[in-house]
Amino acid sequence: MFNGLVLGALLALISSGLTIIYGTLGVLNLAHGAMFMLGGYAGYVAFGATGSFVVAIAAGALFVLVVGVVMERVIIRHFYSRPNEDQILVTFGLSIVYVELVRFAFGSQSLTIPPPPWGAGVTQLGFMLYPTYRLVVVGIVAVALLALYIVLYRTRLGMIVRAGIEDALMVDSLGINVYRIFMIVFGIGAMAAGFAGIVNAPVVSLTPDVGEMILVQTFVVVVIGGVGSFPGAILGGLISGQILSITSMINPGYAYVMLFAAMTLVLVLRPRGLMGLRSRD
Amino acid sequence: MTNRSSDATSRRDFLRTTALAGAAVAAGGGSSLFMPMHASAADYPAIGTFPAGSSGNSVFIGLTMPRTGTYAVQGEDELKGCQLAIEHINAGHPLIKAISPKTTKGVLGKELKFGVADDEAKPNSAVQNISRFITENKAVVMMGGTSSAVAVALNKLAQREKVLFLSAVSGSNDTTGKDCVRYGFRECTYGQTAAAALGPVLLKEFGKGKKAAYLTPDYTYGHTVQKSMSDYLNKEGGWTTVTNQVCPLGAPDYSSFLLNIANSGADFFLNVNWGRDAVLSIQQAKQFGVLDKQKLVVPYQVPFLAREVGGDLMGGVLASTSYWWQIEDKYPLAKMFNEEFSKKYGYMPEWSAQTCYAQLAMWAAAVEAAGTFYPPEIIKAYEKGTKMTTMVGEVSFRPEDHQLIRPVIIVRGKKKADMKGKEDYWDVLDILPGAPLMQKPDEFGCKLGDYT
Repeated sequence: MFNGLVLGALLALISSGLTIIYGTLGVLNLAHGAMFMLGGYAGYVAFGATGSFVVAIAAGALFVLVVGVVMERVIIRHFYSRPNEDQILVTFGLSIVYVELVRFAFGSQSLTIPPPPWGAGVTQLGFMLYPTYRLVVVGIVAVALLALYIVLYRTRLGMIVRAGIEDALMVDSLGINVYRIFMIVFGIGAMAAGFAGIVNAPVVSLTPDVGEMILVQTFVVVVIGGVGSFPGAILGGLISGQILSITSMINPGYAYVMLFAAMTLVLVLRPRGLMGLRSRD
Repeated sequence: MTNRSSDATSRRDFLRTTALAGAAVAAGGGSSLFMPMHASAADYPAIGTFPAGSSGNSVFIGLTMPRTGTYAVQGEDELKGCQLAIEHINAGHPLIKAISPKTTKGVLGKELKFGVADDEAKPNSAVQNISRFITENKAVVMMGGTSSAVAVALNKLAQREKVLFLSAVSGSNDTTGKDCVRYGFRECTYGQTAAAALGPVLLKEFGKGKKAAYLTPDYTYGHTVQKSMSDYLNKEGGWTTVTNQVCPLGAPDYSSFLLNIANSGADFFLNVNWGRDAVLSIQQAKQFGVLDKQKLVVPYQVPFLAREVGGDLMGGVLASTSYWWQIEDKYPLAKMFNEEFSKKYGYMPEWSAQTCYAQLAMWAAAVEAAGTFYPPEIIKAYEKGTKMTTMVGEVSFRPEDHQLIRPVIIVRGKKKADMKGKEDYWDVLDILPGAPLMQKPDEFGCKLGDYT
C-alpha cells in the first residue's frame, strides 16, 4: 500500500506536467521521460559540486525548466500548426538525443545520490519498517503538487492556462499572448518531470534509460485520469501506483497487464478519462 | 542459395565416404591425421554460411550485446573484450598466440571483421540482430548473451542455422544443460559450479542450519542459479529457504520483495539478481534495513557491482565469479590481458570482457586446428577437448555438453578503508578447479543434436 502511495505520488507529479502541456499546447511530449531523467542527472551534478540535497533538487528542477523553455522556443513552437504525427516524431527524436547525450557524458553505469541525512534510515511504522526517505518523497511531492495547484488555480497565469485547455482559440482572440504562455507552460510541465526525477534519484539510482519506463506509466496515468486534467493526473497517478504495487505483491509479472487492463476499462466505460473534460475534441 | 551447384550430390557422396574412412581412422588415433591440414572449401558441402562466409579475404563475426537497458554496463564490457580479441587475432598478438599457438595473423589467414547490434537483453531482438548478420554479412560465428534467455535463444538459432555460437556471459545451467546444442559453446562459470564452489565456503564460514532468503530474477538464469544454490545449502548444510522472492527482469523497484525479505526472519540474503537489477536491489535492501539484519551473499558475481553500488555495502560480501583481475599474481596470461585491456580502455577488465576475449581466442584455436571454416569440423576440433592455457590457467571443453572446464573464483568484497587502489574491490579467497564442481554431463538433460 505504502509503495503504491510513493509510486503513485511520483506518477501524479510527472503526469500533471505531461497533461498540462498536452492540455494547453496540444503537443504530446514524448520527451517527457527524458525530462525526468535530465532532472536526475542535473541534480547529480549539483549534488557532486555542493554536497547539498536541497541544492540538488533546486538545480535539477531549474535546469529542466531551462531545457524545457529553450526546447519550446527553438523547436516545439514550430510544430504547433503541424500534424500530431510530426509533434510525436520530433519529441520522440529529442528524447533519443537527450538519452544518448547523457549516455555519452556519463556512461551507462548507474549513478547514486544518497538520501539526505534527514531522510536516511528506516522508520518504524508500528506494523512494519519503512525507509524514511520514501515517506519524505510523499511529503515533497505533495508540497510540489500543492504549489502546482496554486499556480494553476489561484493565479492569473493559471486561469489563462485553464482557459487555454478549454478553448485555446478563444483565449487567443481575447488578445492574450498565448505563445508566451505556451512557453511558460512547457517549462513548468517539464520542470514537474525534472523535479520528480531528482526527488526519485535516491530511491532508484540513475541511468540514461530511467525515463523510458516512467514515460509509459505516465501515459497510462494521463489516459486513466483524463487527458488535460490536472486533478485527473493526480487521481490517475495514485490509482496506477496502487495497481502496480498491489499486483507486484501477488505476481509481479502481471503488474503491467493489470495497469493496461485498468486503462482499457476506463477507455471503454469512460472514454474521456475519470476526470476528463467533456469540451475537448 | 547460389552455392547449391548441380554437383552437390556427388560431393555429399564423397563426404560420406571420407567420413566413414575418417571414423575408422579416428578409432585408431585421431582424424586430424587423415584430414588435410588446409582443406579447401570444395571438400565440404555447403552448410549454414559455409562456404559463402569464408570465401573472401575476411570473415564476419556477428555480435549482439545489450547496450541499453538493465545489462547495458556489462554488455559494453563484453563488447570491449570482443574488440580487443579481434584486434589481437588480426595482429597475431602474443596473448592470442599463447591461447591459440597456431594463430599467425587472422584466422586461417583471413582478417576478422565484425558488426555489433543492441539487443537490450531481449531474446527476440538478439535473434533478429544475428539473423541479419547471417543473411546480410554471412557471419561465420555469432556471439551474444549476458542474459541467459538470450544465450538459450541463440543456441537454438545456431543449431537451426548451422552457424557457431559462442556464448558471452550466461549463468543459467540450461545453456549447456537442457538447452545445450551442438553448435553452442560456453566459457564462463554457471549456477551449478557457482553453488558447488560457494556453498562449502558459506558452510565453513557460517555453519549449518541457517535461514536463507532469495531474491531471484524470473527467467532461466535466476531459477537455475537459485535452485543450485538452495539445493546445495539445504542438502549439505541443513539450511532452510524461508522465502524465495521472484522478481521480473529489469524491475525499477524492489520494495514489495524486499519488505517480504525484511520480514522473513532470514539470516542470509542471497541476491541472484544481475546487472542493474543487482545494483538497485542491493541499494534498496539497504534502505529497507535488510542489510543491517541479514548478511548479503551474491552467488553469481556481477561485473561493476562494487563500483556501482557504492558506499560500503559490498564490504565482506561473498561471491563466486569467473574472473577477477587480481588473479594475475597466479596467472601470467591474466596479467598480460589486464595490461593490454587497461592500456586500451583505462580500467581493469571485468569477467564479462574476459569471457568474451577467451571465447574468441579459443574459437580461433579450434578453427586453426580444424584447418577449415566448415562448422562440423570446427565442432569436432572443440570436442577433442584439447588442453589450452588462458587467463584462468589450463582449461578444456567438455565434449558431452560444450561447457569449458575452468576454475571458479571465490571473492569477498572489501571495505572501503581496506582498498588499496581505485580498483581493489574484491579479495580473491580461493581459486577452485572446475572439474569436481561440475554436474555429470547428462544430469541436466543435455542432448547436443546433429552436426549437419
